[in-house]
Amino acid sequence: MGRIKTIARRSFLVGSAAVVGGVAFGAYKLRQTPENPLIDDFGRAALNAFVIIDQSGVTLITPKAEMGQGVHTTWAALIAEELDVDWQDVKVLHGPPAKAYYNSALMGMALPFFDYRLTDFRQGIREVMGDAAKFINLQLTSGSTSMKDGYERMRLAGASARETLKRAAANRLDIAIDRLSTANGQVITPDGSRLNYSDLAEDAAQLTPEKVELRDPSAWRFLGKTMPRLDMELKVTGKAEYASDIILSGMRFATVRMNPRRSGMISFDAKAAQKMPGVEKIIDLGEGIAVVATNTWLALQAANAVTIKWQEAEYPATTELMLEDIRAALDAEADAVQRDDGNVETAHQGIEISAEYELPWLAHASMEPMSAVAQLDGDTLEIWCGNQIPSVTQKDCAEAIGFEPEQVTVNSTLMGGSFGRRAHTDYSVQAARIAAEMPGVPIKLIWSREEDFRRDYYRTALAAKFKGVVQNRAGLTLDGKIAAVSGLTGPKGRHLLGAYDQPYGFPNFRIAGHAADLDVPIGYWRSVDNSHNCFFMESFIDEMAFAGGVDPFEFRWNLISKEHQPSANVLEAVAEMSDWQNRKRSGSAQGIAFGYFGSTPVATVCEVTEQDGDIRITKLWVACDVGTALDPGNIEAQITGGSLFGLSAAIWGEITFRDGEAEQSNFPDFQSLRMENAPDIDVKIMENMPYLGGVGEAGTPTAAPALTNALFALTGQRARKLPLYHQFNL
Amino acid sequence: MSRTLRINGSNHEADLPDDVPLLWVLRDALGLTGTKYGCGVAACGACTVHINGTAVRSCQVTLGEIEGEITTIEGLVSSDMAILQQSWIEHQVAQCGYCQSGQLMQAASLLSDNPSPSDAEIDSAMNGNLCRCGTYPRIRSAIHDAAEKLARQG
Repeated sequence: MGRIKTIARRSFLVGSAAVVGGVAFGAYKLRQTPENPLIDDFGRAALNAFVIIDQSGVTLITPKAEMGQGVHTTWAALIAEELDVDWQDVKVLHGPPAKAYYNSALMGMALPFFDYRLTDFRQGIREVMGDAAKFINLQLTSGSTSMKDGYERMRLAGASARETLKRAAANRLDIAIDRLSTANGQVITPDGSRLNYSDLAEDAAQLTPEKVELRDPSAWRFLGKTMPRLDMELKVTGKAEYASDIILSGMRFATVRMNPRRSGMISFDAKAAQKMPGVEKIIDLGEGIAVVATNTWLALQAANAVTIKWQEAEYPATTELMLEDIRAALDAEADAVQRDDGNVETAHQGIEISAEYELPWLAHASMEPMSAVAQLDGDTLEIWCGNQIPSVTQKDCAEAIGFEPEQVTVNSTLMGGSFGRRAHTDYSVQAARIAAEMPGVPIKLIWSREEDFRRDYYRTALAAKFKGVVQNRAGLTLDGKIAAVSGLTGPKGRHLLGAYDQPYGFPNFRIAGHAADLDVPIGYWRSVDNSHNCFFMESFIDEMAFAGGVDPFEFRWNLISKEHQPSANVLEAVAEMSDWQNRKRSGSAQGIAFGYFGSTPVATVCEVTEQDGDIRITKLWVACDVGTALDPGNIEAQITGGSLFGLSAAIWGEITFRDGEAEQSNFPDFQSLRMENAPDIDVKIMENMPYLGGVGEAGTPTAAPALTNALFALTGQRARKLPLYHQFNL
Repeated sequence: MSRTLRINGSNHEADLPDDVPLLWVLRDALGLTGTKYGCGVAACGACTVHINGTAVRSCQVTLGEIEGEITTIEGLVSSDMAILQQSWIEHQVAQCGYCQSGQLMQAASLLSDNPSPSDAEIDSAMNGNLCRCGTYPRIRSAIHDAAEKLARQG
């Protein structure tokens, strides 16, 4: 009953918004192409919002933010594949905030279907819902949706540009268009003469873009192959420009010191700071202060020299008190039940087990601290910042200084990491506010590392209770309750991605969400809900397997294979890669975990080895199914990086609170894997899924449970809390 | 008082107080922004440069303390160790790229001292350089590759 009720309610919302009432009217309206944002801005011939062709050549526009995931390169390959330009001639620009750059995949994700049960009909609904993103201006790089979003649109953009250029050539030469071909950025005539795209661009801009069909993948030259990243040379020569590297004439350097208890300021005394030579301005930002000086070092010193009386936090002062609230939420009525198959309440004969888990708050800790450059001139503000969300950045900066969004120009730079952190606009808004206090002066805001830890939007802490029944060596019942600070991926209580949507065929399967009422600022953290729920699910399923005396691979495979074949295949693949059958070697042990992230099933095996009382992670094997592998080398890099990110958090990651402040403030107290303890990783990429899956986050969820399950196999100790350094010598 | 610094083979005038760390002299006064700020406490290695050929954390050396020639990532390309940058490209090491200037400068210092390092020697030399994207496996491969190329060059 529970499941029907929850799904019916959401289906109604979908139905009234886009499907039942929307298709006839909405399909037309939704499918109108929004205004091309590039014509005014660039003052040159723009064929469509994704390709600019001018005398300097072909520039591809990506609205997607590059935070290290390689999106600029693969996005460019999608366009270049159809446009017929040489790889060495491809230039990429990050586009401005604009409606044409909506993220169609992310909106589609907010549907009530389990991804692994998508049918063509449901995929169609998801695409219509994706179009609705246009209306809410969702130009967001998040949820590992970039390739899903761009896969068709970008190839169509490239193909349409190519055919329109051919049409322009056909008109000019009075030749039938089907006698023309294209290669290397040129249109080629039957007699072999060549016209550069750049010479045809102005003519082409006058034409209505051609309707096109996409090439068969068998004809692909770039896609499906590992392409050299377009940003690689810049990044190994120090020339890649992050927001903190922007230099403008007459620029001043700023930093902020905001309340680490996340509330207001009672008073501050800046007399000592003001006397420091080179300190130009100290600004009251309400929740803290900004210092503007002639260099960043001085600004950092001066900010620390300001004496500030902070208001107290509006949340409990310590981690333990916060966890009490979160645990209490588990005992209250559920806020959401997103899966309720069979009946978990009915008594079933079998082996009953239960377990409780807890996970800590986590910081993002990107290598580049938050930074932004801003300049106010008259009635316009220009801002340069790395961000995952340019249209919201534009709106929030405008609001903060009493402007309309049109008065704010956002330049999105490369990001020195993000992992979800730069989906927030706080640092950009601060730069805008500081710039507004000093009209005409370019301001570079750089946060200290300490500020970056204390003013993060943390991955929520959680508590979970799981109950299960194993009958005849098979999983019969799984009943999971998960409590968190909620609201990122849906209404309160729906922090359940990575749990309710997993392809396990338990006859009785319920997943309930409980929202804890805490005002600690939370944010998206690489793989979002899956970052915690995969740990709960895969730890508990492992416990069930051992309770039933069943091999943990076999136990999972039996539940998954009847539900979703590509998922069963990745599980088999990782077992084969890791020689799972023969895993029992002296001094080492292996653990396995499965996770379905977005549309990407992933399975990980982790090997741990004991040496002189210390435990080392010696190897990781990961199999993933991405549907179509657009750039295998980049996928391997992302899965590897995502896995190491997950291991770092599992071993050391925690933000703890005391007096309402995060106790961790720099890398010495928030450790990550280093070269010496990063294991070797083998990645296998599979292509059985019917739809494209994201990879930027997919490697993270399974890393922690694969490790903890390996630790159990090695030591007999279950890790039901992270980080592991409290419990093991890793 | 203005000081003259020898950086990447040219002289630069830095007009900042003596207690300003080299990191901020390079970035804010001289516009050499390839050297990155990550932590300010020598815990991440993003600010690594060479002074007289040895890797140092530029957040820990003040302007007044500097004696000798400085090489930054911007100057690496003109050195024997540019081969590392080539290997980094061939192995497609960088993701976000922010730590890579420091990783390269540390690796260059390692190979200058030890032209054919073992895995354990690479681990030990590179352990102070943090990468949150997790590019370590490719960094290790790229260092081995560059060492082999250097050996072939004799």
